[in-house]
Amino acid sequence: MSTSVTSTAPAKAPEAATSSTGVYELRPDRKKHRLAYNLVGLGIFVVMAFPVYWLLVSAFRPNHEIRSYDQTLWPSSFTADNFVRATEAPNFWTAIQSSLIICVTSVAGAMLIGTIAAFAIGRFDFYGRKPFMTVLILVQMLPPTAMLIPIYIQLNNIGALNEYWGVIIVYLVSVLPFTTWMIRGFVINVPKELEESAMVDGCTRMGAFWRVIFPLVAPGLAAASIFALITAWNEYLFAYILLQDNEKYTLNVWLMNFTTDRGTDYGALMAASVLISIPVVVFFMIVQKKMAAGLTSGAVKG
Amino acid sequence: MTAADTKAADPPAAPPQKPGKVAPGPSGGGVRPSRKPRPKLPYLLIAPAIVAIGAVFGYPLVETVIMSFQDMRRAHLWGGTTPPWVGFEQFTNILGDPEFWWVAFRTVLFMVVCVVATMGLGLLTALLMQRLSTWVRLLLTGALIAAWSMPLLVATSIFRWLSDSDYGVVNSTLSKIPGLDFQGHNWFLDPWQGFTVIGAVVVWGAIPFVVVTLYAALTQVPRELEEAAQLDGAGVIGVFRNVTFPVIKPVFQMVATLSVIWDFNVFGQIFLMRGNKPEPEYELLGLYSFSKAFDSASFSQGTAIALITVLLLSGVAVYYLRQLMKTGEVE
Repeated sequence: MSTSVTSTAPAKAPEAATSSTGVYELRPDRKKHRLAYNLVGLGIFVVMAFPVYWLLVSAFRPNHEIRSYDQTLWPSSFTADNFVRATEAPNFWTAIQSSLIICVTSVAGAMLIGTIAAFAIGRFDFYGRKPFMTVLILVQMLPPTAMLIPIYIQLNNIGALNEYWGVIIVYLVSVLPFTTWMIRGFVINVPKELEESAMVDGCTRMGAFWRVIFPLVAPGLAAASIFALITAWNEYLFAYILLQDNEKYTLNVWLMNFTTDRGTDYGALMAASVLISIPVVVFFMIVQKKMAAGLTSGAVKG
Repeated sequence: MTAADTKAADPPAAPPQKPGKVAPGPSGGGVRPSRKPRPKLPYLLIAPAIVAIGAVFGYPLVETVIMSFQDMRRAHLWGGTTPPWVGFEQFTNILGDPEFWWVAFRTVLFMVVCVVATMGLGLLTALLMQRLSTWVRLLLTGALIAAWSMPLLVATSIFRWLSDSDYGVVNSTLSKIPGLDFQGHNWFLDPWQGFTVIGAVVVWGAIPFVVVTLYAALTQVPRELEEAAQLDGAGVIGVFRNVTFPVIKPVFQMVATLSVIWDFNVFGQIFLMRGNKPEPEYELLGLYSFSKAFDSASFSQGTAIALITVLLLSGVAVYYLRQLMKTGEVE
């Protein structure tokens, strides 16, 4: 109980005060309500958590149990067989390599271009700033499928189909608008006076940026780049359409190999899904708080 | 001379009227010279972003419009020849095709059901979270974050596994209810049932964001106001409608608008659920355009449908932008 008081002190304090002093006669009623609310809350918890639980359990479940009509909530034994099958599937390692090359390069490029653009719209007042910001928002709302056809044709014309750099450019620009928007949020939070005093002390404008602003927004840059990495890591449609060689497919496209015409190897599929999710979940935990704020303030990509 | 005098006299005369502006005046004058001589710098800084966005968003958008008035097929793609101009033919074909209207209707229906379910359940859960014991709230938050962090592809795979006709846990659980036999039941034979499963993935994946955001907004509602309204005799619904909701309304509208955009563009969940080859009954506008372009190899029809989708969505996009402007984000 002591932990509950400390963790939610501001929100809960008035309620606790009223119920303990017993000014209202609602007290026993409230307790009954609280119990009912908790039960509903636990129900929602089960609904939200069950698919993730089933993913983990199925990944470690022996295959003969997966192919049974009555699967128990808790497997009779745990095995790593599914993971072995998943990692021994063709092209697993090349898929990791492709995913890493494409995601890291595109995010690094987006961060570089995005940071300088964010600096411009966060620090300067110039003609065309607002239209530029409007464009940043609007392009995030274009349905990706609408862009897919012309991008496919264009990349085909310049010979970039089935090349890493074609996909890298597409990913780079897909994450660019919201990274720019997020970084701008961090830039405008750095007081202008800091930069100005650095310039009074003899820094050039770029010098002031690198020595004063950059270190202050670095945590924000880290958050934005993680956000971008997650988005790029989760993308599969462009990779599926723009790449054609099995050796070049990213992990997400590789994951589709577990579904064949003869059926789906669900044990291996779940194990592979766990492997793909691990980096996302870890990164997600780091930036989770900023994620919600970023989405409501103009970074549209979910 | 007199004109010059009055002009010169003007600035000193102004400060008494606006005392707040006195201090920034001189210091602002100090900054301005450093800014004015090089107005090119910000344009240089945004130039790479503009070039990149222009190349990957702007140009294809223009190309979409151009291609919609042509008839581009596979031969033109590989041969590099210019496709013939056909004017509005693609649009008249599409708009005259009853299938298009079915797909559009299905898309809107699916979007409305998903948005209502997401926002309704999300709001109720967020309100509930305020009333939970701390340990339940922490458990629920953990589950929400875990669900939120699942990649779309993984979430879809999980739900496909849950609803598998032979070994799926949904069927075996439903079969345990007396009188029901779901063993071997295929959820995707009937599009209504299939879309229920797809809608479940979409809503399950979208609820965490809605709950977390609305819960954060709800903590901004002053407790005293709610209690005062209660003392004045307002019921639970009255308090919510007159006190709570007005406070969270801007956030609610924003989240709802985003949900409309996201759910209108649902693509991956269906695509993956149906093993990369969705049946025609499962096509929403995005998939419809995709299959016209890549399966029927009529790229122009695909882009024309995509263009119609963009136009349909642009109203929502403008609404979202206006909300952002109102909250002062675009400043």
